[in-house]
Amino acid sequence: MAEAGRRGRRHGAARYSALALLKHGVVDHPWAPAWRTHELKRTYDVVIIGGGIHGLATAYYLARNHGITDVAVLDKGYLGGGGSGANTAILRSNYLTPEGVRFYDRSLELYRGLAADLNFNVMFSRKGHLTLAHSDSSLRTMRWRAEVNKVCGVDSEVIGPPDVQRLVPQMDVTDEARYPILGALYHPPGGIIRHDAVVWGYARAADSLGVHLHQDTEVTGIDVSAGKVQGVRTTRGDISAPLVVNATAGWATLVADLAGVRLPVQTFPLQAAVTEPVKPFLRTVVVSGTLHVYVSQTARGELVFGASVDPFASYSTRGSLEFTEGLAGHVLALMPGLAKLRLLRQWAGLCDMTPDFAPIMGPTGVDGFLVDVGWGTYGFKAGPVAGETMAECVASGRPPELIASFGLDRFAQGRLVGEKGAAAVGH
Amino acid sequence: MILLPCPWCGLRDSEEFGYVGEPRGRPNPLTTTTEQWRDYLYLRRNAAGWTTERWYHRMGCRRYLLVERDTTTNVVRPAGQVAPEPEP
Repeated sequence: MAEAGRRGRRHGAARYSALALLKHGVVDHPWAPAWRTHELKRTYDVVIIGGGIHGLATAYYLARNHGITDVAVLDKGYLGGGGSGANTAILRSNYLTPEGVRFYDRSLELYRGLAADLNFNVMFSRKGHLTLAHSDSSLRTMRWRAEVNKVCGVDSEVIGPPDVQRLVPQMDVTDEARYPILGALYHPPGGIIRHDAVVWGYARAADSLGVHLHQDTEVTGIDVSAGKVQGVRTTRGDISAPLVVNATAGWATLVADLAGVRLPVQTFPLQAAVTEPVKPFLRTVVVSGTLHVYVSQTARGELVFGASVDPFASYSTRGSLEFTEGLAGHVLALMPGLAKLRLLRQWAGLCDMTPDFAPIMGPTGVDGFLVDVGWGTYGFKAGPVAGETMAECVASGRPPELIASFGLDRFAQGRLVGEKGAAAVGH
Repeated sequence: MILLPCPWCGLRDSEEFGYVGEPRGRPNPLTTTTEQWRDYLYLRRNAAGWTTERWYHRMGCRRYLLVERDTTTNVVRPAGQVAPEPEP
């Protein structure tokens, strides 16, 4: 099936290459749109709700790995306009549980080959990822994480303050710091990526395999009869489909409610901010769980700051002054030299938090209605592997082994995953 | 800044409070089924719109209070005032 998919760039999207770039530079000719628009068909084999990285990746792997191309991806806004565009674009696989480590490491592996696979430059820069420990207990958790990671074949080690200083000379590693640094978990394969490019790359590749992408198409109802999903109602008309995937973030419970499925999810905003661009100086991603902050420098030179989720559930994405003050203070506690840097803007994304800080993937009580939700603060880094495994789940009707422990039934059965130690703040 | 109406202390900054969430009836552990208990532990309405929720005034009177909040805008009003606000 995979072969059939690979052969089938059926709609002949032009290949992006250095030669194509040169040709377009010389000849004044506009680039063709990266994906097409379609009329909404009355029936599809699979309807995916949510045109972010998860929905688009699911559609792409359905078409490429399983030859299922009669697929519609619906988004109420524009592609990548939700969590896929609001995250801080950090990739890593140094989780705490073996399930989590294996899962996110497969995602990193897919990310590493993604630019070649999609013929789209996703700008993955493997800068390395540093999680700071300010207390004995967090150092202990990091040793634990490092050992789990090593057993799973993931490059991860605990380093001391001198090595932290060597990696980030701007960091205050002295005992005088307000929050002294006792050590850090160093994860060289981690890094940052251009999140919009990942969305556009998947959208373009899915489109070229025959997937229909429908923007500005909000799902207003999901038809269920006799415990089986029949189709969806949208603002552009009704679709009948035997398989519907909820791949939304922020709205996961509202969409699941339409099908009568209740999810153990609460939605919290997470705020982030970006500074003016400066010369490159910060090589690694720096995270401090104690200070609820993570910092990375983009290819353009801006520093991206992210926090943990807000202290109360909300769908409001307005930033707050308390957050900005707190965040700035925490960044300065780590790197006092940044005091003169100005913030350009701040924003918030919506995080669907689950009780055990692990996602909910696979079948629900309603036949044909699948979920890929509950992605909390770690959804973007899991995009490719979530797409790959959800596509397999849709095609085969069974969740693959890699996501078997992330089922919705785990809450009723008391089999929680317990990823809080590595996912609550850590990015 | 979000101000919460504490019935005992007046309008105070939300930073003074701990968020408890939607009030739910606790089933009797002796007679409940496992499913009911899991639902009680994990399921929330997670509504987008007006909700009634419990907060704890941890840096004030240390009492629990109910407020109504629109989760899409974070506009807050004291619980019990059911009539919708007039449109601005």
